[in-house]
Amino acid sequence: MIAYLWLVPALPLLGAIMLGLCGGALPARINGAIGAGSVGLAAVVALCIGAAWLAHPPPQQLFTQVLWSWINLPGFSASIALALDPVSLLMMLIISVIGFFIHLFSTEYMQGEEGYSRYFAYLNLFVACMLLLVLASDLLVMFAGWEGVGVCSYLLVGFWFAEPANGGAAQKSFIVTRIADIAMLAGLLLLAVQFGTLDIHTVLAGAVAAWPAGTAMPALAASLLLIGGLGKSAQAPLQTWLPDAMAGPTPVSALIHAATMVTAGVYLVVRLHALFALAPGVLAAIGIGAALTVLLAAFAGLVQSDIKRVLAYSTMGQIGYMFLALGAGAWGAAMFHLLTHAVFKALLFLSAGAISMRLHHEQNIFAMGGLWRKLPAAFAAFAVGAACLAALPLVDCGFFSKEYLLAALWARGPWLWAIGIAGAFLTGLYIFRAFFTVFFGGAQTDVAGSYGPRIIVPLAALGAAALVIGWLQAPEFLGGAAAFSAFLAPAIGVAPATHLPVLVPLTGMAAPLAGMALAYTLHANGFWRRQGAATPGAVRRLCQTGFGFDAAYRFLFVTPFLVTVRALRQDPVDQAFGVLERLAVALHKNLRHAQNGKLRRYAGWMMAGSLATFLLLVFA
Amino acid sequence: MTDWRDPAGLALALFLLGLLGLLARKNLVFVLMSVEIMLNAAGLLFIAAGMRWGTPDGQVMFIAVLNLAGAELAVGLVLLLRLRGRLTTLDGDAANLLRDAP
Repeated sequence: MIAYLWLVPALPLLGAIMLGLCGGALPARINGAIGAGSVGLAAVVALCIGAAWLAHPPPQQLFTQVLWSWINLPGFSASIALALDPVSLLMMLIISVIGFFIHLFSTEYMQGEEGYSRYFAYLNLFVACMLLLVLASDLLVMFAGWEGVGVCSYLLVGFWFAEPANGGAAQKSFIVTRIADIAMLAGLLLLAVQFGTLDIHTVLAGAVAAWPAGTAMPALAASLLLIGGLGKSAQAPLQTWLPDAMAGPTPVSALIHAATMVTAGVYLVVRLHALFALAPGVLAAIGIGAALTVLLAAFAGLVQSDIKRVLAYSTMGQIGYMFLALGAGAWGAAMFHLLTHAVFKALLFLSAGAISMRLHHEQNIFAMGGLWRKLPAAFAAFAVGAACLAALPLVDCGFFSKEYLLAALWARGPWLWAIGIAGAFLTGLYIFRAFFTVFFGGAQTDVAGSYGPRIIVPLAALGAAALVIGWLQAPEFLGGAAAFSAFLAPAIGVAPATHLPVLVPLTGMAAPLAGMALAYTLHANGFWRRQGAATPGAVRRLCQTGFGFDAAYRFLFVTPFLVTVRALRQDPVDQAFGVLERLAVALHKNLRHAQNGKLRRYAGWMMAGSLATFLLLVFA
Repeated sequence: MTDWRDPAGLALALFLLGLLGLLARKNLVFVLMSVEIMLNAAGLLFIAAGMRWGTPDGQVMFIAVLNLAGAELAVGLVLLLRLRGRLTTLDGDAANLLRDAP
């Protein structure tokens, strides 16, 4: 069964090709069936592979499938090959299964939209590229998938391209991540030059053998690759594109900008953890940057009025948590949070989409209110998602992963842990601010339409998953399940068990509860709505715009670039060569009078010239 | 024995005559005839030069010039016919339609 691995990325790619070539000629029902069906089949194959893997894991828990030899030069070779180990198996399952539910949701959500088949072609292509990214056994193939998901993100953010702002947002997301990818490409070239191949296992083995820990070379390679990961994962200081990327359709935000693509940076670091472990300085920098991102995203999320922007900042913050864990070397905790985050954030985005599709695409939370009675399905889904995001104790997967993560942070020292706790408090505060504002209080708008099964099934499936998958990895005082870390152990090792003081998990449980309680109090006395209606002060405006990163980048990069462009518009270098051209034109203007078509005058001049030459030769 | 200067002088006279015709005539048939006269003057000069140095090379060159003149005349006449077809005149000065791009 595992030998059918190539089918997993091939099926969505086939779907994308079919939809791209003849989607426009097919009825919408068929397009939706191809789009969701190809990813659904890929998910089935992936699940079968997962079952086969659990029943009979291959030797050394690694399966490699070479499809083609790509480049074979003296000094460098690359092959198009897939590799499956527990980490990529987990990622493959996340992408294909959650991807399928989001496709299913999209078939109803996007009904009647212009470009229905184009939408599914892009979305299928995205899933294919993302699967290639996580299954690649060669960093070059991974980079191809990495760029492919970037392109699809660009296409889907700008899906409603008739609105110029959407095109701008798409360009922004593309350009910012591309800038990060230049660094990543430099890192890949460095590895290629050093080791003559980009095969992941060869490179890692070579790096461990050739580079002592803590020296400059691994630090350089790791930091270059890290910049690529930070850009893709929207971490400070390259986070500015993510809130704007919400211009795309909501299921796109759920799939690309919450569940899968933005976690590619985390996957990259986990995949290359042996290299990053050689660079403790880089890991420390990851921790500091992630702490900054967590706080920044939490404060920004606290003052947004667009429900999707709240969720975008929460995504940024939760990926910040994963990077906090990576900075502490807790690869397993980062992967577990990646898994739970993919489930509950997809759930949150889909329920946000389900809400706004019934409210004539209203996304402002202050224009909503009292929706729990009118939209019980979306209410239940959002409640589960919000509970997971805030990590409310015991009931949801977010709690288990955050508990695991915070325990790993505590083992590394109290500072990052304290920031994690502060972030947990703020997360509880801002998500329940949105939750209470949207679902409680007085009704504000009319609700139209109803949900079909293709909306309800994904919400129910993801909601059920969000409630149960946490038990894969439970803390000691809840039975101490370790199925998840045992599963990943062959790929990333097991973190040594640490004994935690009882106060640590208690604080971790209390912080989100305190945040929720404060959110409720402020909701009950109407503070949130008053604050939403008031003219924002300077501090709030700063938070709302993501702490002025956009303005700073505009000042530092965009404006100088535009000024340079304007200065170079006339092309000074070309102007220098233009002198030659103008000289030729001037000569032409003066000499053209001689060319008057009078044959006899030509003959006379020729004669005179001949005579002059003759005289010159004879007498000179 | 004739002196080589006589045919050379004749050649110069022919050449000047041809030149005069070329500069004076508007009609392209006459212009062509004048060119032929100038060509023959050049041929005659070859023969005179052959006399001067006592070699047959000049006469060989004259035969070659005659051949070339025949070929050139054919092309010239075709051009004349084409020009007449297009401009309905044989006035050489009328064929000044070349212009700068506007």
